[in-house]
Amino acid sequence: MELWFTENHTDNIRFSIKIKQHVYSEKSRYQQIDILDSYELGRILVLDGFIMLTEKDEYIYHEMITHVPMATNPDIKRVLVIGAGDGGTIRELTRFKNIEHIDMVEIDQRVVEVCKEYLPQTACRLDDPRVHIYYEDGLKYVRGKDNEYDLIIVDSTDPFGPGEGLFTKEFYGNCYKALNENGILVNQHESTFYDEYAEIMKRAHSRIKSFFPISLVYQAHIPTYPSGHWLFGFASKRFHPVTDQHAEWWLAQGLKTKYYNQYVHSGCFALPNNVRDVLRETKPAEK
Amino acid sequence: MQLDHTRAPLYEAMKEYQLDRVVKFDVPGHKGGRGNKVLRDFLGEACMRNDVNSMKPLDNLCHPVSVIKEAQQYAADAFGAENSIFIVNGATGAVQAMVMSVCKAGDKIILPRNVHRSAINALVVCGAIPVYVNPGVNNDLGIPLGMTPEEVEAAVLANPDAKAVLVNNPTYYGICSDLRKIVEIVHGHGMKVLVDEAHGTHFYFGEGLPPSAMSCGADMASVSVHKTGGSLTQSAILLLGKGIDPNYVRQIINLTQTTSASYLLMVSLDLARQNLALHGREFYAKTVEFADYARKEINAIGGYYAFGEELCDGKAFYAFDKTKLSVHTRAMGLAGIEVYDLLRDEYDIQIEFGDIGNILAIITGGDRALEIERLLGALNLIKKFHGKSPAGLYDHEYIDPILEMSPQAAFYAEQETLPIEKTAGRVCSEFVMCYPPGIPILAPGERITQDILDYIAFAKEKGCSLTGCRDMNVEYLQVVKFSAGNDRR
Repeated sequence: MELWFTENHTDNIRFSIKIKQHVYSEKSRYQQIDILDSYELGRILVLDGFIMLTEKDEYIYHEMITHVPMATNPDIKRVLVIGAGDGGTIRELTRFKNIEHIDMVEIDQRVVEVCKEYLPQTACRLDDPRVHIYYEDGLKYVRGKDNEYDLIIVDSTDPFGPGEGLFTKEFYGNCYKALNENGILVNQHESTFYDEYAEIMKRAHSRIKSFFPISLVYQAHIPTYPSGHWLFGFASKRFHPVTDQHAEWWLAQGLKTKYYNQYVHSGCFALPNNVRDVLRETKPAEK
Repeated sequence: MQLDHTRAPLYEAMKEYQLDRVVKFDVPGHKGGRGNKVLRDFLGEACMRNDVNSMKPLDNLCHPVSVIKEAQQYAADAFGAENSIFIVNGATGAVQAMVMSVCKAGDKIILPRNVHRSAINALVVCGAIPVYVNPGVNNDLGIPLGMTPEEVEAAVLANPDAKAVLVNNPTYYGICSDLRKIVEIVHGHGMKVLVDEAHGTHFYFGEGLPPSAMSCGADMASVSVHKTGGSLTQSAILLLGKGIDPNYVRQIINLTQTTSASYLLMVSLDLARQNLALHGREFYAKTVEFADYARKEINAIGGYYAFGEELCDGKAFYAFDKTKLSVHTRAMGLAGIEVYDLLRDEYDIQIEFGDIGNILAIITGGDRALEIERLLGALNLIKKFHGKSPAGLYDHEYIDPILEMSPQAAFYAEQETLPIEKTAGRVCSEFVMCYPPGIPILAPGERITQDILDYIAFAKEKGCSLTGCRDMNVEYLQVVKFSAGNDRR
């Protein structure tokens, strides 16, 4: 018997992985949670039918969403992470000694519990004493914060499930408010190759641009995400990721990484024309 | 409730009709959607297939004898009424049916001035004469309230020949009068009580909400089931109490209502009734939970005032409908309509309406927590980026009307068209209102005053959508000619 997991990347394009075992399945209050074990990609976290991570390539996403902002401002001390129930983003952040405090806001407690049990590769540092986990709506949490964080990372699912509110203008505006004057906002930004995702990415980008003076997009190659080409948003009140890059400082931390390095840091902001063209179509909305 | 509300007679009959695969040589001409493929693809095949016409197995709303009659009996049972009639022309149709069922030309009807335009429209059509009771006004919020039993009694005593009293239960903002007491007083003088319950469907099924018209002994109530009860837009139910002849009311309705009543609308009423009877209590408990949470969080932002039961005073603000999220915005220096526009244009959030000082968001159990959070998040940012000092905002909304002629006489009188700024002192022959909420600022037959013109100018400047006039831009008004004879001056 062969067992295959298939994710629809579009209505007409499918991505399939041969599965060794369906390790865990649960319908939580918010979403369908599945853990699969595959022959070539290791364990896989699937939410509502969409791959969130595979053990084989999760490092790309998690390094890129954390090391880029961290190497931009070495003084980052207080970090807010929205989503990130699998723990991968937290794992990377806790490697930085300068971080004093991490608040993590995940709406679905079950994702965290399931990942702790079945995905120790990413969920291994959720018990770090600097990490404080809140199980609530990200928009609700951030709405109550003012001038508190150096960095906010939005490590969300796609905007058509519980993560819907994290792609809205009111969310980005309240993040702006929750950040201090050196604040940086990094978010997972979908991709531009398929039209549906491109539309989401455009909207998200113009909403962020309406609040932040510096608003850029950077890229990474993630084989198991639709099109394999993924984008991140980098928005900031003061620091520019390329001109303010602290390569020496980052090297001095002695962190071993598998994707990120000081060259990728500046290189990932060099976007191909197919992305630049889409970005050019986004207009900054009024604040 | 006496009947088994798992049943839905019209729905069951329509399902059976589909199974029969009847050959259609009747209207509608789209023939189950095959005749209009773009529309079919847009609305869905099931929707087109169920868009049918009156026929033997599916009864006829104009003359119900089988499944529609039964569905109406189930609705009457669920709402605690003696009879019920499905309406496919909105609560507007139901309100007009109520008024025209009890008033003929020249009859008086007592009503608060903050009625929906549909009530005054009915007066234009049938020629009845309004006697306005001043609704109380909350000056801080700038909104009209309900009627006190004392004022109703005074109006009844001063107009013993009036046929009926019309009551809003609740107002658009969620404010209720002491309906039980008003019914007692009005019935004591042999008049009927008509209730506009366009925004009160949930009173019949929720817990801890103000009492419904039927439970208070009212004679007729017009219920917009589509607003908060889950049926399709434009569907409503007219509820009748004891002592109202349903056959006469049906005749009145048939004067103006379509003879091709939509089965989509009617079956939506049948299924909304079923759903409310079976699950209404939980649905509205969830509604109140969302609304209470939103009120608490909005009040914590500061600058906004999401008002609630704390304003109940036993008089004109007798009770509050907790499902309504009414928010006063003026203390933040923004007109309600400005907040409404910002929510819509900047945040893709559509609320029900914004007026001079308030916004209203409709909350139901159909909402999701994340959407409530979006509204709260956006209101938070609007305060931060747009809030200012409240100077320069208009500080009252209710203007006492001076009625010079009956609405019908003024509407049909000889008229002239004047630039709006030159109309002070004249008698208006048309409506002017902000829509929504659709409560007339001026109605036919009322004297135009400078106060009213100032208010209209202010509402226009703030971006309210003004409707009702012949001139779409509200730069000119139709007024009654001096020579028309029935003007007092």
